[in-house]
Amino acid sequence: MAARLDKPWIEVSQIAVVLRGHMGVFQLADADNTVIYMGYAGGNSLQGLRGEVTQACADHPDACYFRHEITTSYLSRFRELMMVYMHDHGRLPAGNPKISLGRMSPG
Amino acid sequence: MDLNLTEEQTMIVGMVRRFVREEILPLEADLDPDADELAPADRDRLVEKTREMGLYGLGIPPEYGGPDVDLVTRTLLAVEMSQHRAGLYAPCYGTFGGAGLAQLFEATEEQKERYLYPTLRGEKRGFFGLSEPSGGSDPARAIQTRAVQDGDDWIINGAKLWISGADRADYGLVFARTDADKGRNGVTCFIVDTDTPGFHVRRIVHTLRSAHYATELQFEDMRVPKENILGEVNRGFAIANDRLTRQRIPYAAGCIGVAIKAQEMALDYVPQRQTFGAPLSSRQAIQWMLVDNEIDIKQSLWITLEAANKAHQGEPFRKEAAMAKLVATEAAGRVVDRAMQMFGGLGVAKDLPFERWYREMRIRRIGEGPNEVQRHVIARELLGASLR
Ligand SMILES: Cc1cc2nc3c(=O)[nH]c(=O)nc-3n(C[C@H](O)[C@H](O)[C@H](O)COP(=O)(O)OP(=O)(O)OC[C@H]3O[C@@H](n4cnc5c(N)ncnc54)[C@H](O)[C@@H]3O)c2cc1C
Repeated sequence: MAARLDKPWIEVSQIAVVLRGHMGVFQLADADNTVIYMGYAGGNSLQGLRGEVTQACADHPDACYFRHEITTSYLSRFRELMMVYMHDHGRLPAGNPKISLGRMSPG
Repeated sequence: MDLNLTEEQTMIVGMVRRFVREEILPLEADLDPDADELAPADRDRLVEKTREMGLYGLGIPPEYGGPDVDLVTRTLLAVEMSQHRAGLYAPCYGTFGGAGLAQLFEATEEQKERYLYPTLRGEKRGFFGLSEPSGGSDPARAIQTRAVQDGDDWIINGAKLWISGADRADYGLVFARTDADKGRNGVTCFIVDTDTPGFHVRRIVHTLRSAHYATELQFEDMRVPKENILGEVNRGFAIANDRLTRQRIPYAAGCIGVAIKAQEMALDYVPQRQTFGAPLSSRQAIQWMLVDNEIDIKQSLWITLEAANKAHQGEPFRKEAAMAKLVATEAAGRVVDRAMQMFGGLGVAKDLPFERWYREMRIRRIGEGPNEVQRHVIARELLGASLR
């Protein structure tokens, strides 16, 4: 499995069409395709990815696009994506608060 | 072996049982079902409590500042500490403190100052880097990571797979081949700082265990000073065998704790749940599952306590520790499976802890020496040196 989430971006207007109640991870991007937030839909998420991405878009009104990955390993995948982002950019996405993370150099 | 708990054991076990029920379980209701960490404020508050109880550092031997609790009592406490959702791999979310890597207790004083003591104080984290893509059951033959001497340093090249916690570690123990012709006697253990140039965490290995994940490492011309050799060159496998064998006992105990909790939940549930006009508990099929659970729990508990008792008495306990690991991991897997069955759909939902225990318990038959290897250890003890 690739460490980075390199799927094509989808317009946020498509959330209800594309997403259902699965567990998984997602990213939001602004109009320039810059990642502004990453999150996950875990076992406590009421509406799975659809609910979490909808809520995240409400919290980040500059979000224009999303992309996602369905996975039951949402916690390890979320931390992996955060570490990869940190490796690539030297910081976390603007909308993510600092959390305790490890270090990765995915190559 | 006395099968009754002493007054002191009863008291400490009761204290830890209350701690799990009153402090851990309520917090868990609000955490992600796969979480393995508490919010920092909750963690600090609970660490303060375990310190007040005199039980912080339970995994640390008394001679290194851990509480003066014997191995049998520690085993009983490990059974208690795992009786919650995250209990298998994060018993009480680490609020009783960690234990240093077993091998580090055999380190030089200078190495202990740099790595062991800060770990015991909770200031540093280490990883254990033995398994490789070429295999983990028989590392003596499988290790392909090479270390070559260069002046006062060693240059390490190679890869490790399945290594837990390496991405968040400050240092790790890396086993590397230092003599290609000597098999088991050609492997050396190095203490490696994770900020050493050439040390890479290449990827997370996603498994059934979502929070406490494994990693894949790569070493590219990683230069390690000779002072960081743990023990002697080519004697990496000779370090801490006794302590490593000892670790199998709390590992088994953690599985038993989860099985006890699963059985307790099933015993609560089946008298209440009605099907075909009668409670589930009135059905022989259900009763027999409960009976089989009880037998699985008792058998594995006594075997594990016997191993702990032998180790405590200073008697040989390698066979007993292998049996404890083997029996407890397999029995607890069956107990969790039967409990899930009794809960029906709820048993596999994330609302209850069974699905997490079921996934994580499956790993226990592979980790800490797979069960086939434990059977091999037991056979060797029975048959003697004639068995290779
Ligand atoms: C989640 C997770 C975390 C881990 N964390 C760490 C860690 O932190 N550090 C670390 O060093 N390792 C770690 N491991 C590795 C673990 O110790 C190995 O997976 C284990 O030793 C088995 O090695 P293998 O996977 O290469 O299987 P193999 O060695 O390829 O064996 C495959 C299967 O064959 C069986 N087998 C082997 N030999 C025989 C035989 N003679 N007869 C019959 N059956 C046999 C084995 O029991 C196993 O079931 C972790 C593994 C997992 C899954």
